[in-house]
Amino acid sequence: MRVTDRMAQGLDAPICLTWELTYGCNLSCVHCLSSSGRRDPRELTTDECASVIDDLAAMKVFYVNIGGGEPTLRPDFWDLLDHAVDRKVGVKFSTNGSRITTAAAARLAATDYVDVQISVDGADAATNDAIRGAGSFDVATTAMRNLADAGFGEFKVSVVVTRDNVGQLDDFLALATGFGAQLRLTRLRPSGRGADVWDDLHVTAEQQRELYQWLLAHPGVLTGDSFFHLSALGEPLPGLNLCGAGRVVCLIDPVGDVYACPFVLHEQFKAGSVRGNGGFPSVWRTSALFQELREPDSAGACASCGSYDACRGGCMAAKFFTGLPLDGPDPECVHGHGEVALLAASSAGSRPSSGPGHTRRGPVPVSIGRRPA
Amino acid sequence: MTSTVTESVVSPTTSETDTDTAVAADEVLAELLIEEISIDGMCGVY
Amino acid sequence: MTRYALHPQVGLRDEQFGALAYHYGNRRLTFLNDARLVTVVRTAAEHQDIDDALAAAGVPDGQRPAYLTALQRLHDAEILTCE
Repeated sequence: MRVTDRMAQGLDAPICLTWELTYGCNLSCVHCLSSSGRRDPRELTTDECASVIDDLAAMKVFYVNIGGGEPTLRPDFWDLLDHAVDRKVGVKFSTNGSRITTAAAARLAATDYVDVQISVDGADAATNDAIRGAGSFDVATTAMRNLADAGFGEFKVSVVVTRDNVGQLDDFLALATGFGAQLRLTRLRPSGRGADVWDDLHVTAEQQRELYQWLLAHPGVLTGDSFFHLSALGEPLPGLNLCGAGRVVCLIDPVGDVYACPFVLHEQFKAGSVRGNGGFPSVWRTSALFQELREPDSAGACASCGSYDACRGGCMAAKFFTGLPLDGPDPECVHGHGEVALLAASSAGSRPSSGPGHTRRGPVPVSIGRRPA
Repeated sequence: MTSTVTESVVSPTTSETDTDTAVAADEVLAELLIEEISIDGMCGVY
Repeated sequence: MTRYALHPQVGLRDEQFGALAYHYGNRRLTFLNDARLVTVVRTAAEHQDIDDALAAAGVPDGQRPAYLTALQRLHDAEILTCE
């Protein structure tokens, strides 16, 4: 596929990228990929953020996925949103919904080039709140109701698939459809706090096969191409079926550090900083890490496996944080090669860690209060 | 919006006529000119 | 007479291989893998007829049918409007 060859070699600018606006968050989801909770005192100022947006506009980045933490916690969130869309940098922001009031929903419905993604991890409060905290399901569904009532149109409902919610796929679809939204399912990676729960929460081999069949049967469900490792099971899933990190996507973190993707917030995958000379454009175009990622893949230990062309060895983040070599099988390799590799890795030593990150220490609020509209 | 990679299909030529060959060549050339994907089909974003 | 123009909701970005076209409405991303095709797309609205645009871009006669097929596909994908 020539499209993917071209993409694998990298482009002059990202096609889209993820930008975590803040490490602050009012929730403490057990699997948080960015280990968010407390704001970082070094976070980019409003002016620095506006400057990044100006750079993205000049590079003609088509759209940016804004997340965090909870991006709407930043007081300048709405101004930055306008700054981006005014320059035709499309924005899709990912939120737990706690600030999507009726007024906010109306404002969003009136704004061009913006998309909203509400996160849930269960199709009912019990399943969801076990991951995201008591009251979080109600907050999310209230936000969905507000967006639907405001006539926003087709926003996104995004779910991280786990061992405990993979049985609810039809319910998730009904939930999203009921609000006029599109369902998105993404893969749990052992990243951030996800590293602590991955062994218990990642789907089983049997569940993976069921998930694959379900995805094939529901091509209208988005995945952000996060299950391309499942394409080794047969017919490829829709999408590019390759890792975009450093090639067509990357991450800008709240303090301006640039990483290959949001699932590898680790020194080894840091490409540079937007605060450096030349800002983001310079990092994208000249960083040593990205040049390396744009070299052709080597199959390594997967060379003798007939599925390599389909799965490309799976996810770099999944391998890295489970202590597996990057040129070998994904820990969830559908042929079971990853399980074998994990046994070897566990006897070899401990897994890499991003540390506690910005996780809030001490007791977590038991319930999520609702802000007045 | 589906995450779908759609590539222009090259029509197979079963006939030997010049017209079919010309049409097939045009399809090939047209395929070289355009490829289409969904922006939601990229791994590494939220 | 076929006159094409770039759809107002499409962003066009030059790349080494040609260009990327992104439709902000339907969120489709299209690779234009040929520099002359990109020129034709960019200049189509300036010409009364698409054949003039093809000629001005230096497309050889023998390749015109292929380019017209490609332009039709771009129209189907709403990258181009037509009058």
